[in-house]
Amino acid sequence: MLFFELLAQSLVQGCIYALIALGLTLVYGLLRILHVAHAALFTLGAYLGVLVYNASGSLLLAFAVAMALSGLGGVAMFRLAYQPLLARPPYVALIASIGLYIAAEEVFRIVFGASGLSFAQPPLQAQVAIGGLQFKEAELAVMVSSAIIIGLLGWLQTRTRIGIACQATVSDPQMAESFGIRLNTVRDLNFLVGSALAGFAGVWVAILNNLVEPTMGSVPSYKALAIIVLGGLGSVRGTLLAALVLGLIESFGTTYIGQLMDRNAIAFAFLILVLMMRPQGLFARR
Amino acid sequence: MDYEISLLTTIAISVLFALSLNLITGFCGQISLGHAAFLGVGAYTSAMLSQAGWPFLATLPVAMLLAAALGCIVGLASLRVRADFLAVTTMGVGFLFIGVVRQQEWLGGEMGLSGFPGSGLDKPAFLALALGLAVLTALLCLYIRRTWMGRVFGGIAEDEDTMRVLGIDVPRYKLAAFAIGTALAGLAGALYAQHFKFIGPDSFGFVESVTVLSMVVVGGIGSVFWVAVAAALLSALPGWFQFIGDYKLLVYGGLLFLMMRFAPGGLAGIVQSWRKPKPAAASAPAGAVAKGVQP
Repeated sequence: MLFFELLAQSLVQGCIYALIALGLTLVYGLLRILHVAHAALFTLGAYLGVLVYNASGSLLLAFAVAMALSGLGGVAMFRLAYQPLLARPPYVALIASIGLYIAAEEVFRIVFGASGLSFAQPPLQAQVAIGGLQFKEAELAVMVSSAIIIGLLGWLQTRTRIGIACQATVSDPQMAESFGIRLNTVRDLNFLVGSALAGFAGVWVAILNNLVEPTMGSVPSYKALAIIVLGGLGSVRGTLLAALVLGLIESFGTTYIGQLMDRNAIAFAFLILVLMMRPQGLFARR
Repeated sequence: MDYEISLLTTIAISVLFALSLNLITGFCGQISLGHAAFLGVGAYTSAMLSQAGWPFLATLPVAMLLAAALGCIVGLASLRVRADFLAVTTMGVGFLFIGVVRQQEWLGGEMGLSGFPGSGLDKPAFLALALGLAVLTALLCLYIRRTWMGRVFGGIAEDEDTMRVLGIDVPRYKLAAFAIGTALAGLAGALYAQHFKFIGPDSFGFVESVTVLSMVVVGGIGSVFWVAVAAALLSALPGWFQFIGDYKLLVYGGLLFLMMRFAPGGLAGIVQSWRKPKPAAASAPAGAVAKGVQP
């Protein structure tokens, strides 16, 4: 029974990781930037979710506001921070991004306080039993909505003109541009969608934990970097698989070797091990 | 007077630590986001040996050796992965270090170590030791840059593949950079443990790794003099302005971002562009980690 409980737990965790890491992968595929500050938008989404839900009582409105503003925040970040740095060596953007994230975390702490916020009445907390396993409604909703959103994204990517334009830009920006694709539109769109997903994940984490804190983004942020590296940097399918695998490794690892190292250390030990054997990542086709 | 001596000692240790990272990231172009782990290895080694009854000075070489041994292992990783992958791998090493230390009862676990025997030196003498070691490190860095090895480091930072084509044993030099840089970090760690008399897993986390990286970057990647200046300034800043104490991280983060956004060459780059008003070729940061972003 413990096995299935861990499995369910890791699926929920994996879905959250996947939602966060997807945005990072989109950015990496397009710009070759390790976008650490992505997690600031995840935190922003979580705060907005709690604030809007507490004010209005509508979960739908909370998600809409969180996703919209996180998405716009992402576009603003791209325009103000990354676009001017594109011609620089990649470590410049990486360090700028870390600086931006640390500063953002502090802004959250100064504006909303260090102790964090909670829901007045946390939604979707009822217990549901499926096949002998107890789930929170919110946990089921995370899995279902992640699957729907990721499926939708996959459909957009492969079946619509704008999605194909994105793919073309990833594989060869210059060629794409010469075919009349506006690079900056594609980049804006990627930041918008990726950051909206981060905001979406933020609201779910806020509901699951019934707590948002300024530092809630730091662990997912570094974990998501590990995931996109595991997934082979820039590969969407690899990222999804890597997110689920990391969720599994963490849940089982903490149970069986938790006294040796903590959760984060297990995730990164796995990352280092994999990179030493397959430097191109777990799921890269190369 | 006590406060000034203590502050100066902190500065000297920061300068030593920043220079050790500058050797790896600045000279040799290998980015590291987990450098605080080596500070930690040095600090824990020195503290544990002191507890076992060793005299402080005898713990220094052991701290350096252990840090360098671990550094070589991470250096081996740098032979497998490059640039962005290396950044994430070294970040992982940092998390792995504190994650493992946190669960070890014999290393003090979550609570950390304190109350280990002192160095036997009084405060001014300890300051003199720290300052002396920082100056020696700076001289060593300046010397290395003028040697054949230093030139190879510069070449690897500029263009690793060309160095390979030229028949240079790139892995050996990368490992050398990691070994020297991490040994120096271990030395800084031993001083750190003695100076603060308390060490815990959180003293060596990601924030500390980023802090030391920000010293190198704000100074100007690769420049010994300006990195030392930046390390001194950034470590003294919270002490000078008590009111920013609470906003220390905001200032660090903001500074890091603004520096990269508007002056990626750091202090060294700013000074250079003042001297030469035409920043045509001079504006490229020294020791770029890799060639530009793919278009």
